[in-house]
Amino acid sequence: MYRYDQYDHLIVKERVAQYRDQVRRRLADELTEEEFLPLRLQNGLYMQRHAYMLRIAVPYGMLSSPQVRMFAHIARKYDRGYGHLTTRQNIQFNWINLEQSPDILAELATVEMHAIQTSGNCIRNTTSDELAGVAADEIIDPRPYAEMIREWSTFHPEFAFLPRKFKIAISGAEQDRAATAVHDIGLHVVKNAEGEVGFRVLVGGGMGRTPIIGSVIREFLPWQHALTYLEAILRVYNQHGRRDNKYKARIKILVKALSAEEFARQVEAEWLDIKDGPATLTVDELQRIAQYFTPPPYETLPATDAGFEAQKTDNKGFANWLKRNVKAHKVSGYAAVILSVKKTGVPPGDITAAQLDFVADLADQYSFGEVRVTHEQNLVLADVKISELFTVWQAVKAQGLATPNIGLLTDIICCPGGDFCSLANAKSIPIAQAIAEKFDNLDFQHDIGDIELNISGCINACGHHHVGNIGILGVDKDGSEWYQVSIGGAQGNNTSIGKIIGPSFSAQQMPVVIERLLSVYVQQRTEEELFIDTVQRLGIAPFKEFVYASPIPTGYTHGEDACVY
Amino acid sequence: MPVSTNIIKNREVVADDWSVLRLNEGDSADSVSVPAGRVIVPFSVWSAQRAQLLERAEIGVWLASDAQADVAKDDLARFSLIAVDFPKFTDGRGYSIAYNLRTRLGYNGELRAIGDVLRDQLFYMQRVGFNAFAVRADKDINDALKGLTDFSEKYQTSWDEKTPLFRRVQRQAVSQD
Repeated sequence: MYRYDQYDHLIVKERVAQYRDQVRRRLADELTEEEFLPLRLQNGLYMQRHAYMLRIAVPYGMLSSPQVRMFAHIARKYDRGYGHLTTRQNIQFNWINLEQSPDILAELATVEMHAIQTSGNCIRNTTSDELAGVAADEIIDPRPYAEMIREWSTFHPEFAFLPRKFKIAISGAEQDRAATAVHDIGLHVVKNAEGEVGFRVLVGGGMGRTPIIGSVIREFLPWQHALTYLEAILRVYNQHGRRDNKYKARIKILVKALSAEEFARQVEAEWLDIKDGPATLTVDELQRIAQYFTPPPYETLPATDAGFEAQKTDNKGFANWLKRNVKAHKVSGYAAVILSVKKTGVPPGDITAAQLDFVADLADQYSFGEVRVTHEQNLVLADVKISELFTVWQAVKAQGLATPNIGLLTDIICCPGGDFCSLANAKSIPIAQAIAEKFDNLDFQHDIGDIELNISGCINACGHHHVGNIGILGVDKDGSEWYQVSIGGAQGNNTSIGKIIGPSFSAQQMPVVIERLLSVYVQQRTEEELFIDTVQRLGIAPFKEFVYASPIPTGYTHGEDACVY
Repeated sequence: MPVSTNIIKNREVVADDWSVLRLNEGDSADSVSVPAGRVIVPFSVWSAQRAQLLERAEIGVWLASDAQADVAKDDLARFSLIAVDFPKFTDGRGYSIAYNLRTRLGYNGELRAIGDVLRDQLFYMQRVGFNAFAVRADKDINDALKGLTDFSEKYQTSWDEKTPLFRRVQRQAVSQD
């Protein structure tokens, strides 16, 4: 994993000093709140419903065990003992004092971390594949490129006050696990016919109130030109993106207004001036960064292990966990383990200080001291020996991080919603919890199979509801909270935006709505067909029909449609 | 006569005797009267009154944030000063205008940020090519001066730094003491 050199240390140290002084000036009223707002946002500090929230950057989701321990420390010392993993592969703390925020940054700097550009109208944390470097389907490890983009985008002087936030995602595998199609810029690592590495460049994807799938503006960009090409895109956007209406300010609106072809033409024209200039990446630089992402000292191991095979046969719980939470590895004898931060009864993505410490220790013992954050709000130990999976499972189980539900119904992506977020129109965590409680039966979940249920508390779509196979969006109607349901959304290689099935529901109705959607699926599915396949084959009509066929109780009732909440 | 005020220029607080002409409601670019002395006129006024203004020894123009640097390209040599207006400090278009004036068009004269110019943006502004800053009048200009030195290193290129960090220095991970 990337390690800071003296320059990274210096820049982060100077940032802490700069931010400390900004906070001092705010408290001394030398800065108005309006002036302070973009400064604190560019440092990940939000004013939430009850307190400040600090979002800490986890570049492309990679963490070392000391960094994870630092989160535990921050949770204990400055927060209420837990943190929240986000769809940006970041972690955020919800109960922060403004006065203490510079001290948190100073502590983060000791483990090569910061909160730079985790919010604000600037280039945000670049996200990537949580299985980078280990995935069996990987073409090229995207992390060195992600790191080069991190450095380039950090305090980029021209792009700190963009029309709107700007998100880049990069994927280097056959299967896109970074939701690249719904980012302002999505980069796919590809090889051309000559075997040279480059990027397919997508622009103008995004969710929010106008969900759009990104358009390819260049099929092949040689990797050396990544930064100059990004610069050209950002310059066109900075000058021409709308600033009159924040809801129309994202690059997707500009690309749509101009057409992808015209946008691409403008970018290419802009790029001509800087192409092959000094910002062109060099083989030396790629090698310098790539050396931090070389494989750890794997042992030479057989593909499987007799003990492991026996444990798998003897223990159904272990077998279930393997089936859902353990992923294929490109190195023989190893596997990637996903720690489910989606236990029923806990807000999705919430993790306690004790769990963080535990994960750090586990990573040290079993996975080369490294942890990743997924954009589905789970954690990954990427390099666990197959022979040690049983031991790891038992340990993880005791900490409540072994729920065998990865990719299943209760592996819900969920934003903090109205319980925390001041933007939210509705709560999202209680909806996730009510659904998780109703469908807590694992046999049922395994029978339903892969399904993505995503919940956002408002149109900003932090919970990625548009690309959920089932998407739930909290809306405000006459001052009360309602939930709009869409189906047919998907992330990955076949990204699609879900379609709204009809009028919205009350919170109490939601578990039954989900139950009805699932029952249509169960009745209509062909063998081996996933929920999303059935929706795509049949369209939304049969689902819509059944969900609205008879009234759904709005309160706590008994009987067939009894709500659990 | 315009009142002399202080600005930051080339990293120092100095007195300044330029005045900025802004059009009021009802003014039109071709009829507004440009006062004597050193005046920074809106680019639209320059375009409309070019023939008369060319007679003047020292004239500056300012570009609005929605302008493109290219509009000034044929007359660059005639301006003693080009200013870029920041109607709000959160409007970042002026950074690209400045970058393009300096880098693409090769403008070498004074490039001044005017409008909602605040301390915490100065570091970025100087990086894209501004060398003068008319800091908003209600702010302490000596305090704002400190904003120019927030960072001593930068990763990426811009007008001030033609070589990215990775080409400038030998980089290697170090443990922090």
